[in-house]
Amino acid sequence: MLNKNSIFAANNCTREFGTGKKIVRAVDNTTFSIESGEIVSIVGGSGCGKSVLAKMMLGLYKPTDGTLLYNNAPVTNTKIHWREVQAVFQDPFSCFNQFFTIRSQLKDAFGILQEKPSHKEIEKRIDNALLAVNIKPHEISGKYPFELSGGQMQRMLLARIFILRPKVLIADEPTSMVDACVRANILDYLMKLKEELKMTIVFVTHDIGLAYYVSDRLFIMHNGRIVEQGTPDEVTLSPRSEHTVRLLEDIPEIHRAWIC
Amino acid sequence: MTLFEVEQLSLHYLTRFGEKIHAVTDVSFTMKKGEILGIAGESGCGKSTLVNGLMGLFIPPLYPTDGIVKVAGESLMNRTPEDIRKNVLSRKVSMIPQGAFNALNPTRKIKDIAADVIAAHMKDIDRKAIHTRLRERFDLFGMNTEKVLNSYPIQLTAGERQRSVIGISTLLNPRMVIADEPTSALDVSTQKIVIKMIFNLLEKEIFSTMIFITHELPLLRHVADTIAIMYAGEFVELGTAEQIIFDPRHPYTKALMGAMLSAEAGQKQKKPTAIEGAPPNLAKPITGCRFAERCPVAKPQCHHTKQNMRIIADRQVRCEYAQ
Ligand SMILES: Nc1ncnc2c1ncn2[C@@H]1O[C@H](COP(=O)(O)OP(=O)(O)OP(=O)(O)O)[C@@H](O)[C@H]1O
Ligand SMILES: Nc1ncnc2c1ncn2[C@@H]1O[C@H](COP(=O)(O)OP(=O)(O)O)[C@@H](O)[C@H]1O
Ligand SMILES: [Mg+2]
Ligand SMILES: [Mg+2]
Repeated sequence: MLNKNSIFAANNCTREFGTGKKIVRAVDNTTFSIESGEIVSIVGGSGCGKSVLAKMMLGLYKPTDGTLLYNNAPVTNTKIHWREVQAVFQDPFSCFNQFFTIRSQLKDAFGILQEKPSHKEIEKRIDNALLAVNIKPHEISGKYPFELSGGQMQRMLLARIFILRPKVLIADEPTSMVDACVRANILDYLMKLKEELKMTIVFVTHDIGLAYYVSDRLFIMHNGRIVEQGTPDEVTLSPRSEHTVRLLEDIPEIHRAWIC
Repeated sequence: MTLFEVEQLSLHYLTRFGEKIHAVTDVSFTMKKGEILGIAGESGCGKSTLVNGLMGLFIPPLYPTDGIVKVAGESLMNRTPEDIRKNVLSRKVSMIPQGAFNALNPTRKIKDIAADVIAAHMKDIDRKAIHTRLRERFDLFGMNTEKVLNSYPIQLTAGERQRSVIGISTLLNPRMVIADEPTSALDVSTQKIVIKMIFNLLEKEIFSTMIFITHELPLLRHVADTIAIMYAGEFVELGTAEQIIFDPRHPYTKALMGAMLSAEAGQKQKKPTAIEGAPPNLAKPITGCRFAERCPVAKPQCHHTKQNMRIIADRQVRCEYAQ
């Protein structure tokens, strides 16, 4: 099943933490591939290993067993890796420095690019990115991270992605703190960007509504393992794993009784 | 019986530049015993700010501009933070902040964190009585009581931690519990367990009413009796959960419901509605309807006529053209 042109190819990829009796196998023997231009969502309960898997794709953790290849090679130099692969992390507050204004930190994001755009282009890109996340640029001018709401902070992380325009985006719970309208707007913009850049996107989420709507394929994770892979309709219409069934049952839906 | 009353509450932040940001404007509502009020709205519309105001807790840069908040007839306005902390928080109004379960003191066991709350509010109670009380209370939560009480926060799952936070916040049987996105960081199965616990505590009258803030509309449908939709600091619609979810009347509420994503089979083609633009600058006076700039059905006069709450189809709507 491993395709030569895969962006990511994992073969029995495993990641353990700790030693001896206290060993935790956060990611357990996963085998999968993600093709260029694909949108894949990794869905599962808390602690099932989603974020660890995402961090391996970013080169922040190395597999302790098996392999994880990016464009047919293991990630060795993260600095180069991050020119192409960018992330939105789960906790927006820990991602920005509390002592610098938000706009200056958005500007700093250009630092990782090999070719820096002109000063004017930078300002323009920042303004457009802010509008794409429903924030008026003047509204954050001079502001520090603690002066924004949770959802506004989360949108700053997305704005950073819209500024950097990476080839691959790994987004860990990117819209968990924003309302439905803003989420729709962000997705619109992200899909446009995806078309333009032929971006590959990996969403890590427990928002199954989001995963179902945007993805080409879903991976369902449980206890470090990928217990099911398939298209959104395959997975939701005819789930094969008991873990998928439970996950689907527990989603609150407006047309279905939930807690009896 | 009215347990919680809010009358024309307005709040502002005073920024470092001396600018006033009017984060909450003219919010009024009342709550009865046993009621759960859900609040949803644009991210950044003032929900978390409102929550601080509802506790009467004003810590710079947040200040009250106007209005009244009353719990069981007692006003929470014009009181010092010390007075509020001592006599109101935990006893009358308890708050579960956004992300609280990740902010438990990592160096203390759950039983010690909980015991401190009791000890701080009850002068002559001994350690043993406190621990008996704790056990009895934690037995209601459907967890392994001994294990949870004797653990440090990081040794617990997210669900156990959040249930502990709710348990600790309700130890002194507050009348009102305000929960700011208590389940949005949890997976769906854990979320369901936490909601069941909340229902159970409400039924046992451990607390009497709750305000539940979330962006997840399908969840509110199952949790809330009434729902308030907020936009740019104002309530724009207030009605029963059924009315708001299935029959919204305010253009913003309609947009929000249209943007709901669902994993219900066969819904994949349904495109959620996005509305472009951003809410108005709350540091400047706003004359017209706050949503006018982005409203798909705005009329020219909407941009300069202030909209007030009025009754349409048995609920309150802040739009004179809503039907
Ligand atoms: N300390 C502060 N100083 C100045 N402005 C602030 C401060 N905290 C919040 N604000 C502003 O007040 C407004 C309301 O923020 P609040 O945190 O209440 O929003 P929220 O509705 O809880 O949003 P979310 O759903 O994203 O959590 C926002 O415009 C925000 O930027
Ligand atoms: N740096 C680490 N050291 C030790 N254990 C870790 C580390 N990061 C994650 N884990 C453990 O790995 C498991 C999976 O975690 P994670 O991937 O964060 O879950 P989630 O699916 O909620 O994102 C959990 O049991 C977690 O405690
Ligand atoms: Mg995670
Ligand atoms: Mg908030």
